[in-house]
Amino acid sequence: MKISGKSVIPASEITPRALFEQRRHFMQLALGASAGLLAESVFAGEKLPATLSEAYGLTDKLTPLKDVTQYNNFYEFDTSKEGPAKLAGSLKTRPWTVSVEGEVRKPKQFDIDALLKLAPMQERIYRLRCVEAWSMVIPWLGYPLAELLKQVEPTSEARFVEFVSLADPEQMPGQRKPVLEWPYREGLRIDEAMHPLALLIFGLYGEMLPNQNGAPVRMVVPWKYGFKSAKSIVKIRLLKQPPVTSWMQAGPSEYGFYANVNPAVDHPRWSQAKERRLGDFLKRPTLPFNGYAEQVAGLYVGMDLTKNF
Amino acid sequence: MNLKSLDDKSLRRFKALAFLTALIPLALLLVAAWQDELGANPIEKITHETGYWTLTFLLLSLSLTPFRRLSGANWLLRFRRMLGLFAFFYACLHFTTYLVLDQFFDWPAIAKDIFKRPYITIGFTAFVLLMPLAVTSTNAMQRRLGGKHWKRLHRLSYLIAGAGVVHFIWLVKKDLTRPLLFAAVLALLLGIRVFYRLKARF
Repeated sequence: MKISGKSVIPASEITPRALFEQRRHFMQLALGASAGLLAESVFAGEKLPATLSEAYGLTDKLTPLKDVTQYNNFYEFDTSKEGPAKLAGSLKTRPWTVSVEGEVRKPKQFDIDALLKLAPMQERIYRLRCVEAWSMVIPWLGYPLAELLKQVEPTSEARFVEFVSLADPEQMPGQRKPVLEWPYREGLRIDEAMHPLALLIFGLYGEMLPNQNGAPVRMVVPWKYGFKSAKSIVKIRLLKQPPVTSWMQAGPSEYGFYANVNPAVDHPRWSQAKERRLGDFLKRPTLPFNGYAEQVAGLYVGMDLTKNF
Repeated sequence: MNLKSLDDKSLRRFKALAFLTALIPLALLLVAAWQDELGANPIEKITHETGYWTLTFLLLSLSLTPFRRLSGANWLLRFRRMLGLFAFFYACLHFTTYLVLDQFFDWPAIAKDIFKRPYITIGFTAFVLLMPLAVTSTNAMQRRLGGKHWKRLHRLSYLIAGAGVVHFIWLVKKDLTRPLLFAAVLALLLGIRVFYRLKARF
C-alpha cells in the first residue's frame, strides 16, 4: 500500500510534464465534448470543484467524455449501451438521502448536499475495466468511502459493506423488466471498503455525475470489474455476513463476490486475458487488479483467487 | 398484378429490388462508419449488426416455404437462394469482423475461443456449415448433386438457423428479449413445416 502514505500534493508544487499535458488534453476534450452535449438535458453539467490528486494520476490517455457518458452499463434504465444516456433523464437526484446503517455505532441519514461537503473533493484518474473486456480511463471526483464510514463508527462486528441502489420503476424504467433482482445490490469486505483507492463518487470530468453514470452518488472500486461499483446509492449497510449481490443471484458461476480484475481467471463465457481500451484498435493485456496490484494485492494474501473470483 | 404467378420480367425486377434492399444494412453500417457514428465501441457495434443481419436473412430464407404454402405464390421460392446467399454474405462479414477487427489474427486466442467458449463454438460451427450450402447453391451444382442429395444437404439450413439462435442466446449476459424473439420466429417457421408434413400424412 505504497500510495496510501502520500497525501494530496499542494498545488504550489511543480506539476510533472506528463500530467500537465494530460490535463491540458482533457480540458480540450471536455470543452469539445460539453459543447456537443449542451443540447442534451440528461447531462447535469454543474461544476464540481476538486483538487487533482496527483498521487493517483495516470499517464493513460483519458476516454473522451462523450464515450464515458454515452456507453454505459446501467440496467436500471436499459440493457443496451446507448439506452441509459437516453432514458436516465427521469431520475430525480434531489432530494436524495443515503442511509448508513447496520453494524455501526452512529447510524445516520445523510442528505446528498451534506455528503458533498463531508470531505475534501478530490479528482482521481482511474482505469475502469468492465467484465465484458472493455475499459476506459476516467477522471472521477469524490473522496474515499472510508471518510464516510468513519463518521458512523463501524463496530468490531462489521465485516462487510453492502451498497443498495435506488429501486423505483417510475424513475428507472429498466426495472420494469426482471433483468436482475432489484434493487441492485453490491458488496465489499470491510478492509476493501476502507481502502484509500475505494471512492465515493459525485462527479466526473469536472462536473456533477450525469444520471447515466450513477448520479447523484456511486462507488468506484478500480481494481474490481465495473459491476462491483454500485450506482445511485440510497443505502449503505455494514454487515457481519457477506451480502448476496444481484449479480451473484443472477449467475453464481459467472459472478463472484470478489470480482477482482484478474487476467488469469476467465469469465466462463469469455476470456479476461485482454481488454479493448475504448478508442484503441488492438486489444491490450489486462493487468492483475487492473494495474492496482501494488496497492491492493496485500488484501488477498493467502487466498486462492481462482476460487474466490 | 396477380400475386400467385409472376411473369419473368416482373420477377427479374423484383429480384433486382430484393438484391438492393438486402444491401441496405451494409450501406447503413458503412455510412455510420464514415460519419463516425458507430459509438464508443465501433467493433462491438459492427459485430452485433452483422450478426443480427445474418440471423435475419437466415430466418427470411426459411420463411419463403411457409409463405408459399399459405399464399400459393410459388414464385416466392425463386428468392430463396438469394436470401440464403445474403445470410452467408453477412455471416462472412460477421466472421471477418471477429477475425480482423476484434482479434486481429490472434490465432491462439481464436483457437481458445472456438474450443472453450460454447457460444463461439456453436457460432463457428454454424458458419462452417453454411459454406457447403453456399458452394452448392448454383444450378450446376444442384444438377451435379441431384435433387434428392441436394435437398438433403440443404436441410442443414434448419440446423444452422437453430445454431445461430443458440449462439445469440448464449452470448447475452442478461435480458434475452432479442434472442428469444429470433427463437420464437424460428420455432414458428419450423412449426408450420411440421404442421404441413403431419397434414400430408393423415
